[in-house]
Amino acid sequence: MDAITGNLDQYWLGFRTTVELAALSSVLALTLGTVLAAMRSSPVPPLRAAGTAYVEIVRNTPLTVVFFFVVFVLPQIDIGLSFFVFAVIAVTVYHAAFFCEAVRSGINAVSAGQAEAARSIGLTFGQSLRLVVLPQAFRMVIPPLINVDIALIKNTSIAAAFGTPELTAVGTRLANANGDAVIPILVGIGLCYLAITLPAGWLAGRLERRVAFAT
Amino acid sequence: MSAPTLYDVAGPRGRRRIAVGSAVGVLVLAALLGLAVARLASKGAFDAELWKVLTQGDVQRLLGRGLVATLQAAGIAMVLATALGALLAVGRLSPRGWIARPVGAWVELFRGLPLLLLIVFVFLGLPQLGIDVPTRVALIIGLTLYNSAVLGEIFRAGILSLPRGQNEAGMAIGLGRGQALRLILLPQAVRRMLPAVVSQLVTLLKDTSLGFVIGYTELLRNGRSAVEFLGGKYSIPIYTAIAVVYIAVNASLSYTARLLDRSTRRRYGQAAGPTVQRSAVDEAA
Repeated sequence: MDAITGNLDQYWLGFRTTVELAALSSVLALTLGTVLAAMRSSPVPPLRAAGTAYVEIVRNTPLTVVFFFVVFVLPQIDIGLSFFVFAVIAVTVYHAAFFCEAVRSGINAVSAGQAEAARSIGLTFGQSLRLVVLPQAFRMVIPPLINVDIALIKNTSIAAAFGTPELTAVGTRLANANGDAVIPILVGIGLCYLAITLPAGWLAGRLERRVAFAT
Repeated sequence: MSAPTLYDVAGPRGRRRIAVGSAVGVLVLAALLGLAVARLASKGAFDAELWKVLTQGDVQRLLGRGLVATLQAAGIAMVLATALGALLAVGRLSPRGWIARPVGAWVELFRGLPLLLLIVFVFLGLPQLGIDVPTRVALIIGLTLYNSAVLGEIFRAGILSLPRGQNEAGMAIGLGRGQALRLILLPQAVRRMLPAVVSQLVTLLKDTSLGFVIGYTELLRNGRSAVEFLGGKYSIPIYTAIAVVYIAVNASLSYTARLLDRSTRRRYGQAAGPTVQRSAVDEAA
């Protein structure tokens, strides 16, 4: 127990770093993912192809490999940034593909009449997407978006292997320093993650049922 | 693919606008790509000498051994996770609360934790209890704990997606709960959840790369060793090759799943029913 109570500041540092990393990456990945979803549903073939290629490539690549490209390849072309920024880039690039697919499933779920109505009053593709389709699509995919975000939060743990002092990195460091208290230390770290993921999952499940009944 | 619902078949003006949009889109994408390529080229990333490293026998053997280790760990974990996942699904569906509730808690617990933390926990924690775990075993146990929880939920969703009448009909002709599950529900549920299961298995395969963190000599770790030995500038060809291998293996897994799905659909027609929608959380994780 001493190993935990004596290192509360370390835990707090890890927790804060995880939350900051997750929050920043979530916003960026959702933005990039929405742009990709708009590209994939646009009438312009090259944009569709580029969006599809991005999603298919990133989806089949392990996040660890994405980290490798960001952390080890970018410095090769003289792009040197802090480990934290590298981690934000890697997590964003990877999860944008999954946010894209969630948003796209929402766009496809909005009834065709909505887009037709938007067109018939003379809105362009961009306008009908922005003003009519996306607002409804987002509302429908809030539960899957939360679920992608839970995955994103859990996946920030991989940044531990690439120099970011987030929860898992703190756990590993403390475990190595306190050989006699490895299990309580790591259980403590696990509880920190559960404190974020369980309520979020519960919220997603509740909203999912609400949405299912509402439509 | 769904039909395009956001735009009509374009008339002459629309076609012109799409053509302009295409041109602009291509230009912007080409500019971005060109910028990246120029940056890479100025650092000599496209020198033939750099990429020739991939033709070296040593490097190929190292990466080949890594791929075998990756596939081994993934294969074992897939079998274990599927078996344990089936048990968890059956347990959570049990009408007896004292089985269903603890199993439910177990599933939620392991689904809510990062896989990497589980792997580290097994790797550093079990030796504390006097159990020595090699890196490969730690990786496989971690993968199994996490993925069995996720697969269990997919199985459960598949069984719950069947019309209730199926189970009731089984009961009505005098089958026990287990018999109805085995003979009536599972065969139908399996067809519905196949796509979701396969995409989870793709995720599992990707996640074997976390073995790198605890030092299991899989594909990624061996790639890193090669780069450390050869020098940092070789990171570009080596990591690109590794990414291509992962994408090829995963894409062929997904492709096989699509073929399977189509053939069962042809055989059973629409009776196969809708497939289980997989929550995106599992796919991204």
